[in-house]
Amino acid sequence: MQAPVNHIIGFANIIRERLLPVKGDTLVRLNQKVSSNDVVAEAHFAREHVLLDVARILRVNPNTADKLIKCKMDERLATGAEIASGKGLFPRRVTVPREGRVVIIGGGQVLMEVGESKIELRAGIPGTVLGIVPDRGVVIQTTGALIQGVWGNGRIDAGQLVNLSEGPEGVLTSARLDVSLRGAVILGGMVKDAETLKVAGELPVRGLILSSIYPSLIQQAREMRYPIVAIDGFGPMPMNSAAYKLLSTNVKRDVTINAEPYDRYTGSRPEIIIPLPISSEAPDLHEMETFAPGLQVRMRRPPALGMIGSIVSIKPGLTVLFSGLRARAAEVKLENGETVVAPLVNLEVVG
Amino acid sequence: MPSSLVDGNSLLALDVGAASTRAVLFDVVEGEYRFVASGNAPSTVEAPFKDVSEGARNAIENLQAILGKTLLDNSRNLITPSQSNGTGVDALVVNLSAGPTIRTVIVGLLKDVSLESARRLAESTYARIVETIGMSDPRKPEQQIDAILRAKPDLVVITGGTDGGASRSIQKLLEPVGLASFLMPEEKRPMVLFAGNEKLQTSIKNLLEGQTASLHFSPNVRPSLETEDLDPAQSELAHMYVDIRKRQIQGVDLLNIWSGGHVLPTGYATGRMVRFLAKIYASSKGILSVDIGASASIIAAGFQDKSTLNIYPQFGLGENLPGLLHYTTLEDILRWSVLDISAGVLRDYLYQKSLYPSALAATKEDLAMSHAVARQALYLAMQSARRDFPPKAANIKSNLTPLFEPILAGGGALSDASRPGQALLLLLDALQPVGVTTIILDQNNLLPLLGAAASQNNILPVQVLESGAFLSVGTVVSPVVDANYGTPVLRAKLIYTNGSEARIDLKYGSIETLPLSSGETGTLEIQTLRGADIGFGPGRNGKFPVGGGALGVVFDGRGRPLNLPADGVRRRELIKKWSWTLGGE
Repeated sequence: MQAPVNHIIGFANIIRERLLPVKGDTLVRLNQKVSSNDVVAEAHFAREHVLLDVARILRVNPNTADKLIKCKMDERLATGAEIASGKGLFPRRVTVPREGRVVIIGGGQVLMEVGESKIELRAGIPGTVLGIVPDRGVVIQTTGALIQGVWGNGRIDAGQLVNLSEGPEGVLTSARLDVSLRGAVILGGMVKDAETLKVAGELPVRGLILSSIYPSLIQQAREMRYPIVAIDGFGPMPMNSAAYKLLSTNVKRDVTINAEPYDRYTGSRPEIIIPLPISSEAPDLHEMETFAPGLQVRMRRPPALGMIGSIVSIKPGLTVLFSGLRARAAEVKLENGETVVAPLVNLEVVG
Repeated sequence: MPSSLVDGNSLLALDVGAASTRAVLFDVVEGEYRFVASGNAPSTVEAPFKDVSEGARNAIENLQAILGKTLLDNSRNLITPSQSNGTGVDALVVNLSAGPTIRTVIVGLLKDVSLESARRLAESTYARIVETIGMSDPRKPEQQIDAILRAKPDLVVITGGTDGGASRSIQKLLEPVGLASFLMPEEKRPMVLFAGNEKLQTSIKNLLEGQTASLHFSPNVRPSLETEDLDPAQSELAHMYVDIRKRQIQGVDLLNIWSGGHVLPTGYATGRMVRFLAKIYASSKGILSVDIGASASIIAAGFQDKSTLNIYPQFGLGENLPGLLHYTTLEDILRWSVLDISAGVLRDYLYQKSLYPSALAATKEDLAMSHAVARQALYLAMQSARRDFPPKAANIKSNLTPLFEPILAGGGALSDASRPGQALLLLLDALQPVGVTTIILDQNNLLPLLGAAASQNNILPVQVLESGAFLSVGTVVSPVVDANYGTPVLRAKLIYTNGSEARIDLKYGSIETLPLSSGETGTLEIQTLRGADIGFGPGRNGKFPVGGGALGVVFDGRGRPLNLPADGVRRRELIKKWSWTLGGE
């Protein structure tokens, strides 16, 4: 049976596509070196629209109104600009209420987009531009360590990694946060209160790497201006030992924290990348493995939720689980020496 | 033997769900169609595959291993029709429920009329209504445009206007739809279904054609104010669903080609079977089918003059689980739990499980949460679906579940129940049937596949239904009565065909069973007490034939609606007792 892979790997060839949500312009060229904060593409889009019913305002039929409209498609108009006027001694006038761009003219109406915003797409990882996706973004390649998480708040940043967690089960509190941590990416275990998230934002930090996040804090975490990634899940969960070991042995290195929300359909996941010197020997990432004895796995559900272990054997046929359900299962030796039987669908390969 | 069986065509049915994909073979065995075997594999709609055909091929390969028969060629393409060397199958049908919820905007004139019809229509597929635009909408057109753009719909359903009725109001409502769609990137424009005033079709075409991904028309769902006919629009919507999935998900196209266009949404196929069964049985009671899986909870009901189909992705047990808390509380879920579990633990479970919908409950605590969540989700789905049942549906009390015979139940949550008694208790809690009904477990989740198969072969569903592929759990008697706990509410005598008898005294608050094996029949004599009603009227006794099942005849004396004790310790003790009575631990 095929096994999903959760990447927690010390050294790999990492290739990531970075795309704008709407059409825009790519600002970098092929083979260009970029840092994680470099803007690689940008787009403009309007948040609002204004519909001017010229025919109704001028009290004429739509065909007549179309002839009276002076503006053109795509034309940028300033506030107060006249787009049509009626006839007579005291003609009615139609003016632009807000600065914007004309997007549709017809049927005696003018639709304008207003309140234009700019989206800047940052590289997210330091590396080399491997490809250009026309009007949408880039493909960037780098080498280094990769640690994937399960929840992210949609922000992205980079900074030096500081470990404030005594171990995988550590809890980060606001008392641990002081001004010396400004600009750092903090490895922080669990966060149990909103105050800690708020204080981290006030410093500000460049990112929080958590073992887990309480569901009650999700809304506030989404509102934070810095990236937050939960590696293992929700509620009180320690960080899996593989991720903790890899992160805690890379303190003081520059890391990129991309808290992209988990999207099961596109495959995008929050992740932390620790760039390391380029090497031709960096292995490519495998997105899928086949369950087999010896593979390192992480437990997705109880028993031993979040723990790392290795497959001892794949049980033949269907196994009756402790819950009474039957499923294809494996015997897994956990890192604490205990052996458990887990359904294959509850396992993911770590690597 | 029916003449249409001369061909004896084998039929492969694929069910592509959110969590798993199944390949099921139906073939002629001893002159009649039978369910032969099924192969399962995890679905591959999600990354890294992002292609449902991979999971389909894996499921077919597993089926091949079970059958010892080759169905795929060396390039892993399906061999159709079957070859003289025994390889391949004659036909393929596909059910599809995998994929993200379809973001839907509904547009209609009146809130309680056409917008209600639009809502019902949207609920007949895997949709989430993300925006509603009606005549009483106080927003300016540009605000409606911005709202539609923010909603990023995959689908727009437009209803409104009786045939020959309102036209200008509808056209006015459509302007924002057309403009918003025009402003979207071409590849992201929604598909549009117009199911309103048929006289407007030409002008709608002029207004919207070229500005949407595709424009579809169906007969008016409200030809007059008093009449609602959703069936033709549901059929059109089912085809649009497949088209939307083709755009969203790789591999759907290939399955469509393999099947010669016989791909149907799972929920729609279920609804088709229920309509069919309602016509065959033509009972004064309705027929109910419930399905609870990772993608959605589905309630399909067939009555004498109306069928309803409600698909609720928000009550599915997969990626939408955290959203369940928009409709219920943790405490309301935990009332069903057999174990003492804290609200915090349950909340964490909902979020964690949503990450891995295909994960299984491997511990008793996980299973207790999984079943509690399934109960509440199905309960909510049933309560929501009841709004659409015909007011004249046969019932004991109008505020209770109508009378159904039989109730068919399937879906991953019920397949996960390790014993039929677990599944039965889940159904009794969530659906709260009344009177006398037969509960049938679709343990192989065949019903929607038969609905899809019906388009290829109309004999096959009938013969498979009669073949014993479904598990009869038994006949359930649920009296409607008010009484104190422990008070006798019913006396029953089961007379077996060999003349022997078994009796029970049912007390309020308890569940009892009398053995009657599958395939056996008997006569049940009921003497009601304290004005209990089992469908014959308050306090009226009855004598009627009953069929057996895995649990025989089950008497649910817990009252309707079911009121569980507020005290947690006592409640959990009772749940354990009920579970034990039905063969649990």
